[in-house]
Order: sequence, then C-alpha cells, then structure tokens
Amino acid sequence: MSARPRAGDPAITPELVRTHGLKPAEFDRIRSILGRDPTFVELGIFSALWSEHCAYKHSRPVLKTFPTTGPQVIQGPGENAGVVRLGDGWAVAFKMESHNHPSAVEPYQGAATGSGGILRDIFTMGARPVALTDSLRFGSLEAAHQRYLFGGVVKGVGDYGNCVGVPTVAGDVCFDDGYEGNCLVNVMCVGVLREEELIRAKAAGPGNPIIAVGARTGRDGIHGASFASEELSAESEAKRPQVQVGDPFTEKLLIELSLELIQSGHIVAIQDMGAAGLTSSSAEMAARGGVGVEIDARLVPVREEGMTPYEILLSESQERMLVVAHKGREAAVAAICEKWELTSAVIGRVTDDGMYRVRWGDEVVAEIPGRSLVDEAPVYHPDAREGEAAIARRARPLPATPAQPDLGAALEGLLDLPTIASKRWVYEQYDTSVQTNTVLGPGGDAAVLRLRETPLGIAVTSGGNGRYVWLDPYEGGKAVVAEAARNLAVTGARPLALTDCLNFGNPEKPDVFFQFREACRGMSEACTALGTPVVSGNVSFYNERPGASVYPTPMIGMVGVLGDVTRRVPAGFQAPGDAIVVLGHCNGALGGSQYLSWMSGEVYGAPPRVDLAAERALVDFLVEAAGRGLLRSAHDVSEGGLAVALVESALAGPERMGLRADLSPLSRRVDAVQLFFAEDQGRAVVSCDPARLEEVRHLAAKRGVPAEAVGAVGERGGAVRIGVNGWTVERPVGRLAEIYERAIPRRMERAAGA
Amino acid sequence: MKVAVVRFPGSNCDADAWHAAKDAGHAVAFVWHRSTDLGGADVVVLPGGFAYGDYLRAGAIARFSPVMKAVEAHAKAGRLLLGICNGFQVLCEAGILPGALARNAGLSFVCRWVTLRVEATDTAFTAGYRKGQTLRAPVAHGEGRYVADEATLDRLEREGRVVFRYAGDNPNGALRDIAGITNEGRNVVGMMPHPERAAEALLGCTDGAALFALAGT
Repeated sequence: MSARPRAGDPAITPELVRTHGLKPAEFDRIRSILGRDPTFVELGIFSALWSEHCAYKHSRPVLKTFPTTGPQVIQGPGENAGVVRLGDGWAVAFKMESHNHPSAVEPYQGAATGSGGILRDIFTMGARPVALTDSLRFGSLEAAHQRYLFGGVVKGVGDYGNCVGVPTVAGDVCFDDGYEGNCLVNVMCVGVLREEELIRAKAAGPGNPIIAVGARTGRDGIHGASFASEELSAESEAKRPQVQVGDPFTEKLLIELSLELIQSGHIVAIQDMGAAGLTSSSAEMAARGGVGVEIDARLVPVREEGMTPYEILLSESQERMLVVAHKGREAAVAAICEKWELTSAVIGRVTDDGMYRVRWGDEVVAEIPGRSLVDEAPVYHPDAREGEAAIARRARPLPATPAQPDLGAALEGLLDLPTIASKRWVYEQYDTSVQTNTVLGPGGDAAVLRLRETPLGIAVTSGGNGRYVWLDPYEGGKAVVAEAARNLAVTGARPLALTDCLNFGNPEKPDVFFQFREACRGMSEACTALGTPVVSGNVSFYNERPGASVYPTPMIGMVGVLGDVTRRVPAGFQAPGDAIVVLGHCNGALGGSQYLSWMSGEVYGAPPRVDLAAERALVDFLVEAAGRGLLRSAHDVSEGGLAVALVESALAGPERMGLRADLSPLSRRVDAVQLFFAEDQGRAVVSCDPARLEEVRHLAAKRGVPAEAVGAVGERGGAVRIGVNGWTVERPVGRLAEIYERAIPRRMERAAGA
Repeated sequence: MKVAVVRFPGSNCDADAWHAAKDAGHAVAFVWHRSTDLGGADVVVLPGGFAYGDYLRAGAIARFSPVMKAVEAHAKAGRLLLGICNGFQVLCEAGILPGALARNAGLSFVCRWVTLRVEATDTAFTAGYRKGQTLRAPVAHGEGRYVADEATLDRLEREGRVVFRYAGDNPNGALRDIAGITNEGRNVVGMMPHPERAAEALLGCTDGAALFALAGT
C-alpha cells in the first residue's frame, strides 16, 4: 500500500513546491526517489529534512575537512552532541547551537527556546547539564531596536536557564554594525556523564515501541527549520508564529525524566523533537540505526482538535522527546512519565523494512525510503570567490598613528565600548551559581566548574571574533580557535575539544561561500595545531542584513579540563606587589582593531596573524605554570589590546587594584599606540608572587614563550599607571571601573525611543 | 540530625541543599512533594527553584502540594523548618511566615553575591553566628522583594524576628532591607539568599556553612 493524498490536501503545484523551499531539481529528485508525486505530507517532510538547517546541503563537504578524532573523543559529530573523556571514568557532552532568526523576530522566546533545544541535545546523551554559555551579537546599542533585541534575548536566555537550574557561566557579547538586522544568538550546553551511561540516538530492534514523551503537540513552529534556512526580510515579522514558545518548567521535568529513563534500562534511544519536530527526530533515529519506522500520527497527544498529520509531523512545539523503548517495557516507561507528571503515548514502532511510514489510522499518508530523507539530501558545491570589496578592505593602508596620542582618552573610550565593557548587566540576570559547582564564574576568560567527588575541574568558554573573519576569513578562522584555547588555558585548563556554530550569510553568494570555506580551513589548521578536534556543531546560513551579509562569525564553544581544580587561576590581580608579566610578541597589529574603529569609525585592514606554534607554546606554558601553582592571575589579551587587558586584570579581582606598568621594554619596533592597543594574538597578562618570577621566566624560556616583567600590582583602590616610551596614563582605578561598569547599563537605561 | 529536603516539580536547588546538609554531618533524605510523610525528619528544608514553574506567582501552586500538610504540622509542632529562596516564597504563600515576596524592584532576575547582617541569633539556624556579624552569600531570584504591611513589619522588628538584613547592597528593594525572617516560635526561618552556595572554600566562601551546622540544637 503506498501513500495516497488525503481529502482536502492542496494539489502539488510548482508554487507549493517553491513555498516549501525546494528547488525544481530537488523536487525532481523526490519524484525519482518515490517513483510518483509526493503527497502533501511527504512534501512537508522533504521540505523540512532537506532544508539547509537539517541537511547541511551547502556545508557538508567543507565540514568533512574538520579534524574530529583524538584519544579524548568518545563521540564525534553526527550525534545530538559530542562527548569527550575527562578522566576517572567521567566524560563531558557538549554542543552549541544557533537561534538567530527566531531571536531576530521574537527575541525573548527565540532565545529561550534556543536554550531549551540545546539542553535537550545534552541530556538525551545521558549527561546531566551543568553549564550553559551564550555568545550574542547585536548591532550598535545606540539604536533603540538593538537595545530591544539585546534586552529580550538576555532575559530569554536567563529565564530559561534559571528556571531549569542550569547555571549560565560564560559567553561573550559584541555590538557591531555588522550584525544590524540579523542578531546572532548562540547557546552552548555542557553536561557530565559517566562514560558507561552514554546513550546514542539510534533506533534499533524491529517491533520496539516508539513513544512520544513530554509536552503535547500544537500548531506552533510549523516549518521553523525552513524559516531558519532563508534570509530574513521585511516579511519576516509576519513569521512570528513560526517562533515557538518555551516552557522551562516542563523542560526541568523532562531533564529528570529523561535521565531516569536512561538509567532505568527500559529504553534503547531518545531524541529531542527539535527542528522539524517529530519528522526529523524519527527519521534521524531510524537512519542512524539503519531501520525503518512506522508512526500513527493520530496517536500523538495534541493540544488542539482538528490537527492534520501534516501539522503534527512538522510542529516544533517545545519540550517534547521521542523515545524508542524495549518491547514489553511500555508500562514501565509510562510509570516513570507519570511520576514526573508528563504525558506519554506509544505512537509507532521500529520496523525492518527501512521505510519511513506515517499512518493516519488506516490510511498511509507518507511512505518514503528512510535513508533518502537523511542520507540522500542534495549536496551543493557552490562557487567560492572572494569579493573585490573584501580584498580592498584588507589591503587598505592604516592611518599613521598620531604623533601626540591622547592615550588616556583612547583607553577610556575603549573601556566605554559595549563590546569591551563589563558584561555584568548581562550575567547578573543569569543564575551563575546554582548546582554549587561554579569555582570561577563569569567576568573572566572562561568559567571553571568542579566535578564533584573528583579532583577535576571543567573549564568552558565560548566566543568568536567576526570582524577578523570578515577581514580575512582564513586568519580569522585560526584566531577564533586560538582565542578559545587561550581563554581556557589562562584558567589552567588543558583544552580538549570544541563545538562550533558557523554563522554566515547566504552560501549561494560566492563571496559568502568563500568566507565559509576559508574560515573553516583556518579553523581546521588551528584545531590540529592545538589538539582540539571538532566534536559537534551547527551551521547557520542565510544570516543577511539589508544589503549585506552579517559578519561571518564562527562561534567556538570549547571545553577543557583541570587535573586539580584547586589550581585554577582567576583573571583578576590578587595581591598588591605581585609582579605583572606580559607573555607573547607585540607586533603592533591594529588592522580590524577596536582602537582603529573607535578612532576612525570604520573596520578595515588586515587582522592580526596567528602563529599557531606560538599559540600552542603559550597554552602549554599556561597549563604547566598553573599546575605548578606559579600564577596568581592570568588574562587573555584580546579586543582593545594590552592596555585594556591590564585594566581588566585590575578590575576583575576580589577588590579593584591599582597597577604600575611600563610597556616600553616589550618592543622597540612599534609605537606607543600600538603597544597600548594592538590586538596581536597569542598574548596574556599574568601576575605572580615576585619570589616566583624567576621560575615563571625560566618556564617561559623553556617553552619558547616571550615573557617580560612590566611592573607590579598596586594598592587596593589605587591608581592605574601605564607608561610607554615616555608617555604615561594615570587614572584612579575607581574611575576606570565606573566607565567599564556603566557602559552597558547607561545605554540600556535610556528610554526605548531615544 | 535527620534532614528532609522536599522536592517539588521544578525545585532546582534540592541537590545543593542536600550536599550542604550532608557536609554538615546530617543524615539527609529527599522527600517527593506527593508524599505526606516526612520520614521522621528533625529538620525540613524547602529548597530553591521554580516549583511548578512559579507560574501564577512564586510558590502559589506549590503550597497546595500534598507534602505541605505534613510541613505545616511539622512547623506547628515546633520542629525546624528552613525555606531558602523559592522555599521562602512557598512558606509565605502557605501562611507559615508572614508577608510576601514581590517582583524585584529592578524588574529583572538578579544573581550576585551580597552581604548580609545577622540580626537574630536565637534560632537554631543562626545560633552559630554572632549578632551583627556580616556574611556573604549569593542571591538568585526574580521575586525576592520582601513586603508586608507596616504593622507586620513593626511587629517583626519588635519581636526580633528579622533574622537577616542586606547590608549596603539591597538587591531587590526589600522593605527594611529584610533578607530573612523567622516565625513566632523561632523554629521556622525563611531567607532569599542561598547559604548552601556559600558553604565551601572552593566556591569562594564558607559563611553559610554554620547555618547548616545547627549549632543551636
């Protein structure tokens, strides 16, 4: 019996195919797979599973070039999340995902449901979520609409994570005109598990029941995956109904329920009904297991009367799971669901004929060879060609630095940039200490969590500098990975592996695909050099703003391990009199820097080059120095350069400290402005007990890391005094703190229309 | 002592309270909200979280959970009861403690370390502190602004039932800087800050540990 159209289904016309986001050639392929025209339901299924969001049509060949293996890797890409070994039988599951388009249209729910989805990807691996991080990109905060988006997204991320009781401990936020019109909202979740508790989302065992668990299915979010696979436009506002609504309370119950189900041994596999809902979860589980499935859509618990099979299959209602149980354990599974007060219903079974079959009672409404949905999606190899404008932008000479620079005004100006300034306004809306594992919270380069009942610490960070990638995709791609590794290493953690969220524009544009391919090439090289394979991730294309693509932004979420968590190193200075040491080379790179755009209002030039061998040496030094207890503080040098990093170190400690530093010895070849604000990679500011300075120097020399003692930590509440080549900037630390802390609140307190 | 930590659907600081009580040397057990039996516990803890999602109003649904009858009887019998954050909200909704926790004055969820002043040491939970001593602990709540009518506030002050006050930074606009209170019998304490998150040096502070030591019993 083959699938037949249902009474009332619309006719399959070219127009209907087009509105399902399928190209004519793709439709032809569907017809040849089926040997007939698809039914309306089948068209919907193909539309979802062959969307860019689900099928990675444009990105797959490039993603295959990432290094994905290593002795630490237990599960690489292809599952709900990557899993990496920590030691002592413990492992960490983590993944990052984007929720850009929904957040651009409905910031609160868009961001909230993004958190919900990524949490489910983690606990379906059998891991208990222990941390969230969020990396956010908006246009300038001077615009009221951007303040609305920023406020809504932060509240959405916070409310969801706070309610489910998973701390949001790290992340970053940048504000740049390059994100105007298409904000980026990327959330990473990290969970811990015992290695033996790992469960994979792989359906198996013909005859085993398929059970829908959790929230009922409603009409929300139909075609969300397709929505995420097209450009935002003036009409996108009308797609607000495609944004789902989150219920973190149900999610919290789902976490406990799922972990209990996994431990009970009653189930074979479990997966979130995420993008493309029931359709993708069932088809993916079947494809991974090499089996067929048969579902009766009429058995799915629904929220409202009169839903069609098409709607039930494509709904993206949140907080729903699909479970494959062992035959005969249906009642046991139902009892656990009942305990957590969640709905469950057997909706189908695993079959051995490899078909993806959907019934509506006695009718068959879809019947598709299962593998064709997941494995035979079209793959494209788009043209890649760098745009003339991009080449010109990079080659454009930088202006001469002023002969009489006002370094103090520039320093204050940079500290007042929302991209650089304190993100306290953000992270105080997040519960950062629930679960009582947070050893180093937000405000530094990475967060550190202890792993209870072990000596281990887990370090997590996320971020990515889109400007550098925009200016030079290859170097920028290297830089995002290198910075993530550095952010972990400054806490003393050994970087283990990464997840990525690749946010780019429309891949059908050659210049966008060039950015994508080159950024991935740079990332791959950095992954290899730093020993941090890619274990999970997602691609978000079609991030376009009026007239241009957003800054190409590969966001990196990276996880590291500390063998002894008590050796973790904080970012801020700890004690007056400690020696301040600058690690790494200063070459004076001002291309694409915050200083350059602050001064000129433009983003151009060649971004800093990344020396991967030097990055590796720095990481090794930092990890070893922390393990030996040599460092009192360590902080990465990034946006704003060395002067900003020094001030941040002074502000990040338990008390604000003054400092005295002379940067002149760092280089004779570059000028004062460059020494202050250049964004050369591979650098860090560390402090140590002066009695151990020689050991620090010795270890740095052994590792081949340039290390220059530039001064000392000053008194609590004292003055920050930074000199260079005869110039000196001196400010009370309280004044700098006021600028740094008030930059974001000051703007957000403005009236909405201002 | 035997400590029972109640778990409502949506509790999320239940494990944290469990660990803090365990580290203080007690025998600790979880009690599911549908249970009507507290297992002979000497001390009951209502932990933080978002019971029933805090839908409607924080604690408004949880107070009707089956376990609450046993909790009320436990309190009436003069046995020890501690409500932290959402647990404090539930105690006020249930009428076991006076007043209410309203939306933060800043209208946002707030999570940060605050300083508390110990105002009353005649409860079992605060007997390990000195009067006037200051402690550090995190707050993490969206509805933590303690409010009550003037007469109730005056009475709390008069009877020495304000247990903790925010010192300096009042994160939620609580009236009279109130962070925690006790009942007439001094056997029930409710507080918004999280002492269980400030009970280990590794996490930055041990000021909260004495609260779980129950030195006064």
